[in-house]
Amino acid sequence: MARITLKDLRHSYMPNPTGPDDYALKEVDVDWEDGGAYALLGPSGCGKSTLLNIISGLLEPSEGQILFDGQDVTALPPDQRNIAQVFQFPVIYDTMTVRQNLAFPLKNRGVAQDVIDRRIADIAEMLEVTDMLDRRAAGLSPDNKQKLSMGRGLVRDDVNVVMFDEPLTVIDPHLKWKLRSKLKELHHRVKATMIYVTHDQTEALTFADQVVVMQLGEVVQIGTPVELFERPGHTFVGHFIGSPGMNVLPAELRDGGAFFRDMNVAVEGAVTAQPGKGIEIGVRPEFVLLGETGIPAKVCRVSDVGRHLVVEAMAGDQKVAAITNGPAPIQGDTVHLQFQPNQTRVYADGWLATEKAAS
Amino acid sequence: MKTENQKAWFFVLPVLVLVAFNALIPMMTVVNYSVQETFGDNLFFWEGLTWFEQILTSERFHAALGRQFLFTFLILVIEVPLGIAIALSMPRQGPWVPVCLVLMALPMLIPWNVVGAMWNIFALPDIGLLGYTLNHVLGINYDMTQDPLAAWVTIITMDVWHWTSLVVLLSYAGLVSIPDAYYQAAKIDGASNWSVFRYIQLPKMKNVLTIAILLRFMDSFNVYTEPFVLTGGGPGNSTTLLSIDLVKIALGQFDLGPAAAMSLIYFSITLFVSWLFYTLMTKDDLN
Repeated sequence: MARITLKDLRHSYMPNPTGPDDYALKEVDVDWEDGGAYALLGPSGCGKSTLLNIISGLLEPSEGQILFDGQDVTALPPDQRNIAQVFQFPVIYDTMTVRQNLAFPLKNRGVAQDVIDRRIADIAEMLEVTDMLDRRAAGLSPDNKQKLSMGRGLVRDDVNVVMFDEPLTVIDPHLKWKLRSKLKELHHRVKATMIYVTHDQTEALTFADQVVVMQLGEVVQIGTPVELFERPGHTFVGHFIGSPGMNVLPAELRDGGAFFRDMNVAVEGAVTAQPGKGIEIGVRPEFVLLGETGIPAKVCRVSDVGRHLVVEAMAGDQKVAAITNGPAPIQGDTVHLQFQPNQTRVYADGWLATEKAAS
Repeated sequence: MKTENQKAWFFVLPVLVLVAFNALIPMMTVVNYSVQETFGDNLFFWEGLTWFEQILTSERFHAALGRQFLFTFLILVIEVPLGIAIALSMPRQGPWVPVCLVLMALPMLIPWNVVGAMWNIFALPDIGLLGYTLNHVLGINYDMTQDPLAAWVTIITMDVWHWTSLVVLLSYAGLVSIPDAYYQAAKIDGASNWSVFRYIQLPKMKNVLTIAILLRFMDSFNVYTEPFVLTGGGPGNSTTLLSIDLVKIALGQFDLGPAAAMSLIYFSITLFVSWLFYTLMTKDDLN
């Protein structure tokens, strides 16, 4: 178990990177507490797998350092970092039994047989695979195979960090939920630092205490699931997290206020941006109210998603989504949109540019 | 409305006719010869299992069969590990991949009798490049036309030269299909190179290797052209493999009965060993 520090990490797959666009990972600075559960969330190609491979040592960063408990491990190979990694597809040793699979990492490290037996018994019980220990691993179902590859990581008691690289990709939907709660439970029991890479917001938000959102090789925000939802630090976070994502509307700053379609919009706190290009207003559909007064918009679609209705309305050429519990407006009708001021913020060039409300 | 009819048989018919014409009927002719004696003029006399008994108890057959098994065993023992080793050391990506693949495929593209002729000239003691070098430069006494051991070394080397590529290409195909995650997981698990080979590469290559070994077994067990062109079965009978002996009996001595019986025994052995090997190799996959 260890505290993990990433210092000024940059990585490029090109031998001679010139511009920032040549970097798959641009400047990452993170500090992860010992024993925490973290998620790296972002779309495909955002650099999260690159970051993961750098932490595990499969990849050496072009610049920067990785510290485990303050010790520089940047140059160490994976097997000397005491890490465990679970891959997208279950990696198991086909010809071995479940027991031999679990014993493999310990045997390679010369652990005594009685210790191996004890650890396997513990882990097998935790993963609920005790009754399969003597079966050939090749015959297991995908979810059990994935549990087994997790087990090979957890069986070592010296692991600094367990990393998961989109581990639920090949798992059936109804088992995903089960395996996810299993993971959460394991985290509470083994108390190892865990890093979970995914592009699925539900997986990230349910698993992690803290989520690191990445886009185009950059960390855009680090926060608890609640923080990411309530106060997105970047329009990308607002967009990526939430269903539907945050409304991001072009706006103008003048006369000390923010204007959308020439209507003054009240926002959470003082705006820190200068008037100019790239000014946007961000408000989540959950905080858009349909009322008698406000910004007029024409309803173009209403979808019932079960717990609530998602209303999409056109304010001029801008589509705005709103979540309401009813009554359902009729398609083609004009509604008035009100943005809840304490949840409405100004963004400049994508980044949050509104101070917190004085409370 | 009737949804079932027998029309499908008509679609299979052309294949049946073709197979019957080129395999079943010639094969039955052989069966026919194997139980009768013929003196030409289409005169046949029933002999029962006499020819089979004669072949199975003949020392000449035993000797040829022994040589055949030895030949197949030796080339498998050399070609399979060598092929795997070459496949392992080939690059998995980069500009050298196509170069390696083409180089590997080249020997297999050469016709069998050309390979035999090439090696024959190559190994001639006084004018062949190999023969001359061994005898006159390195001072090793080597003459495959006189010395049975030299003849064996030559036919084995020739087969290894011609066919190791097949094992290489099939193993390589198996190797490149292993996802990177396996190697990464093994690294993290602290596995040694040997463990990576034993627990990841070899199991993943198992299916293609089964096919490679099967193909090499069948081809080498039935091999005729190359050793025939190279040594003609000599010196003496030392490299007379089963197929060479069979042709001698059938076409040299024109003993059609015994030759037919021998063909059937030969065929049964090939079939049985292939079946046994394949069954053993795939029995684990069933559960």
